[in-house]
Amino acid sequence: MTIPMTDLDALPLLMNLSHTQRAALAGVSRIETYEPGTRLFDEGGLADQCWVVLSGCVMIDAAVPPRGRVTLQSIGPGELLGWSWLVPPYRWHFGATVVSPTRAAVVDTGALRQLADDDPALGYQLSLILIDALLNRLQATRIRLLDLYRNPS
Amino acid sequence: MTWTPTPYRVATRTVETHDTVTLALRPVAESLPAFLPGQFAMIYAHGVGEIPISISAIPGDGTLVHTIRAVGAVSKALHDAEPGTVLGVRGPFGTAWRLDGVEDLLVVAGGIGLAPLRPVLGHPSKHTLLIAGARTPQDLLYQAELTQLSDVDTVLTVDHGDDDWQGRVGFVTEPLASVPLDPERTTALLCGPEPMMRFCARTLLGRGVPAERIQVSLERNMQCGAGLCGHCQLGPLLLCREGPVTGYPVAEPLLLAKEL
Repeated sequence: MTIPMTDLDALPLLMNLSHTQRAALAGVSRIETYEPGTRLFDEGGLADQCWVVLSGCVMIDAAVPPRGRVTLQSIGPGELLGWSWLVPPYRWHFGATVVSPTRAAVVDTGALRQLADDDPALGYQLSLILIDALLNRLQATRIRLLDLYRNPS
Repeated sequence: MTWTPTPYRVATRTVETHDTVTLALRPVAESLPAFLPGQFAMIYAHGVGEIPISISAIPGDGTLVHTIRAVGAVSKALHDAEPGTVLGVRGPFGTAWRLDGVEDLLVVAGGIGLAPLRPVLGHPSKHTLLIAGARTPQDLLYQAELTQLSDVDTVLTVDHGDDDWQGRVGFVTEPLASVPLDPERTTALLCGPEPMMRFCARTLLGRGVPAERIQVSLERNMQCGAGLCGHCQLGPLLLCREGPVTGYPVAEPLLLAKEL
């Protein structure tokens, strides 16, 4: 199902793209809805798409024997899911499962790369968006390492 | 102002988490003046000592409600106080959250920092969004109450989830960076560990929320409550009198000081 432009126009993530650039992004994306429990990808699988969550929640996990799947991070509305398509070997480092009814824009990352190659101005803006999202994720992960909420006693 | 603690009796003791309780205190005889959201009391555990504790609810009938985490000797004594125990209370002290003219209210809390913000969740606004973080699902305060707040959109997030946790896993800055908000109409109230408030304020500034509409709650070693003893000094501020609630333009350089 194609993406209504109103969905993309409302995303803070894409606010620095022009309407035309968002329309180009919509052209390589589709809307999907997922029920809780849906497995989006597994560690080691081919990473050929990414998601922008519009509503709902997806958990990223890692298999840790004997604990099973350990949740590392959740992805909520307005956030980007999936980085491993950016660099070789294009395999997922973690897994992801939908935990509440979720609606997401699913981006064909091969087509997205082609778009960026064909239109360097768009490619540059997309790179900034990805760096910004990665930076936020990295900084938040570092802050969690501080364990700020622990009881000092 | 009286320097003598006013006797209050523990009416109820509600266990919130493994190390945190909420005490409802009723006056034994004389009552203290009404508290505003953000203000604090000096609460005295007889024979142990006195510490500052923010008001965590304002029922309006003279009851004082405080949420206390057992960290040191005094907070442990207060945490362990059973109903019927008489405590000494001084206050109200300090500045309150400034809520005049608020349109969209954004409340960001971390850990025990949710307690001083709890009274503002009922404040009338066009839209109220609460983002609250904790270490684990078991450490989240007021969970049942938060899920029943009909007029407040709530995002709960923890550093480490478990098998039963269906909320978010991550730091509060992550939903803060992506939730819909109108920076021109948003007033943000932040309370939690100081690094958390710094990072949240920076995220909000990046989203265009003016520093003048960001408030933080700062804490130091409050003792006298009247700005006389100087124990709570943070740079130019005596926080027991000029805090704990402080505008971010004033707080920002103080939050970056390595030692004060």
